[in-house]
Amino acid sequence: MPKVEIDVERCKGCGYCIEACPRKILRFSEDFNKMGYHPVECFEPDKCTGCAFCAMMCPDLAIEVYK
Amino acid sequence: MEQVFAKPEAMKEDKTLYCPGCGHGTTHRLVAELVDEFGIRDRTIGIAPVGCSVFADLYWNFDVVSAAHGRAPAVATGMSRTNPDCFVISYQGDGDLAAIGTAEMVHAANRGENFVTIFVNNAIYGMTGGQMAPTTLIGQPSTTCQLGRDPSIAGYPIRVCELLQTLGGVAYLARTAVDSPKHVIQTKKHMKKAFQLALDKRGYTLVEVLSPCPTNWGMQPMDAMKWLRENMLPYYQLGVFRDVTEECEGGN
Amino acid sequence: MSEKVPIGEKVLMKGNEAIGEAAVQAGCMGYFGYPITPQNELTAYMSKRMVEEGRTFIQSESEIAAINMCFGAATVGQRCMTSSSSPGISLKQEGVSYMASAELPVFYVNVNRGGPGLGNISPAQSDYFQATRGGGHGDYRVIAFGPSNLQELYDYTMLGFDLADKYRNPAMILADGILGQMMEPVTLKPYSPIPDLPSKQPWRLGDPSTSEPLLVTSLILQVSGMEERNYRLFEKYEKIAENETRWDEYKTDDAEIVIVSYGTAARISRNVIDRAREEEGIKVGLFRPITIWPYPTQPLRALAERVKSFLVVEMSLGQMWEDVRLAVEGRAPVHLHGRTAGGIPEEDEVIEQLKQALEYKGDAYLRNF
Repeated sequence: MPKVEIDVERCKGCGYCIEACPRKILRFSEDFNKMGYHPVECFEPDKCTGCAFCAMMCPDLAIEVYK
Repeated sequence: MEQVFAKPEAMKEDKTLYCPGCGHGTTHRLVAELVDEFGIRDRTIGIAPVGCSVFADLYWNFDVVSAAHGRAPAVATGMSRTNPDCFVISYQGDGDLAAIGTAEMVHAANRGENFVTIFVNNAIYGMTGGQMAPTTLIGQPSTTCQLGRDPSIAGYPIRVCELLQTLGGVAYLARTAVDSPKHVIQTKKHMKKAFQLALDKRGYTLVEVLSPCPTNWGMQPMDAMKWLRENMLPYYQLGVFRDVTEECEGGN
Repeated sequence: MSEKVPIGEKVLMKGNEAIGEAAVQAGCMGYFGYPITPQNELTAYMSKRMVEEGRTFIQSESEIAAINMCFGAATVGQRCMTSSSSPGISLKQEGVSYMASAELPVFYVNVNRGGPGLGNISPAQSDYFQATRGGGHGDYRVIAFGPSNLQELYDYTMLGFDLADKYRNPAMILADGILGQMMEPVTLKPYSPIPDLPSKQPWRLGDPSTSEPLLVTSLILQVSGMEERNYRLFEKYEKIAENETRWDEYKTDDAEIVIVSYGTAARISRNVIDRAREEEGIKVGLFRPITIWPYPTQPLRALAERVKSFLVVEMSLGQMWEDVRLAVEGRAPVHLHGRTAGGIPEEDEVIEQLKQALEYKGDAYLRNF
């Protein structure tokens, strides 16, 4: 089952992946990372198709994608 | 399960210190992905310009030299001419390439020097805190045109691809962006073509990447992307402006 | 090497071209230049010879581009050179400062013309400060020769390349319009490198055999890092001063007054000395710096212990004069005969000033302008 792994400490909360995800299954999480950003989280992992649009848009290599 | 997206070998582990939503991170990665795909990491030399990407050596996992402001095309010429085996990437911002380094850019292009230019156009000076750049749009504010760029005193935003189109030594000119997955894929396609033409010693190749600069545009990253689409894309037409392999003229 | 060039033989040659051939013989792999009088024959000569040897020649779009092309060539471990005249050398200063900081070897030549500003195309030595005080921004120095004949132009071009590599530092020749334009016999010695030339270039980029990625930069944002680099450069400069300082002396053994002069001005001073001894019975000698940086301070100071006074003869208005005063440190008066912007010292005038200097009782100095 395709999935994304988000490195919460690399994420700077820019949100590009949220907009890019065709399934709209990414959002800012409530908690903070060490830099004080709300890292992104995948809230409906079963809908993920592994298209990697999120990872492509991420300027910080915070997302790994498996399929 | 197979990993379909991972950090390229030609990128180091370290997090970048670039601002949230800065286009440099994405553009650095695309360069690194291609260095991996062409298998040339051990003979690639990246030139870090003066600008935010002066830090490129912290992130690229291959040789880097930092050049004086605007002089990257001359440094690239010296390297690629005297050691044709090395693969040289001149990574430059809009101030570096189209302000202080205009002469070096134009003449390296005109001589058909064999290195790849990655021109990150974010229409502002980032590192120094948001001054007007040669590509700052009319009406766009900056710390040195605070009421918005006024062409009567500060001239017009420079379209670099169109500027270089007439020069004989140019093998490839393309303008693209990193504001959407589609454009990121397209950016990599253009860069790949530029890499190939440089490897084949066909002449000067330049890929202009329209890139957001949230901090110095004074916007949230998502708003910066929106501003880029609504303001930069209309003025800076995307497309291929020169392709020596297809002899096409003008953007398509 | 192209057989057309009679290596080992003595040939009548123009100064600018002698420099060019020496550079080719010394293995210069990249020459980058821009037109400016009175240095043009050097660029033209290299455009022919470098292409003949299958090496890189580029007439760049500016002197700034040329020095930065050198920066590139040196980054990938290739011997490189640029040349210009006064205004063009000013344009190169930023690039030279970057190369000194990044510890990259480069050899360049200034065929000094009248200044400041556009000045004129006549010979002068008015870029002495620029040549001997680094020339650009930051705490750095450049190895600088002040040759006074075409054989020295040839020999010190070769040595310049070697010392640049040995110390990983820019090295230059300060010539002038006369030396560049005149013709004189030159023995085209075959190049033989100095013994302690490093065999490898650890900084060299783009070399597949190096495992870890390398960085060549002059930027170190941490203060401690940049300061540490500057202290290391300073130690290098002290070693250069210890090992590479060169000068020569002419008839100073019994001299009461000594002329201090280099380059073209030193040629004129030798005639002055012969005539002043013969016609006026003045016991005068010549102290001639060959490296103007590192300056031969110690031997000059030693001379000041036993000599009554000094007369500096230069084609500038008191530039090398300052270094002489630093060396002499008040042990004797240091008089100045300066011409500038193409003005050339006249033998009779210098002899006249020698006479005045011998009778001078004041505690300042005599000046001819």
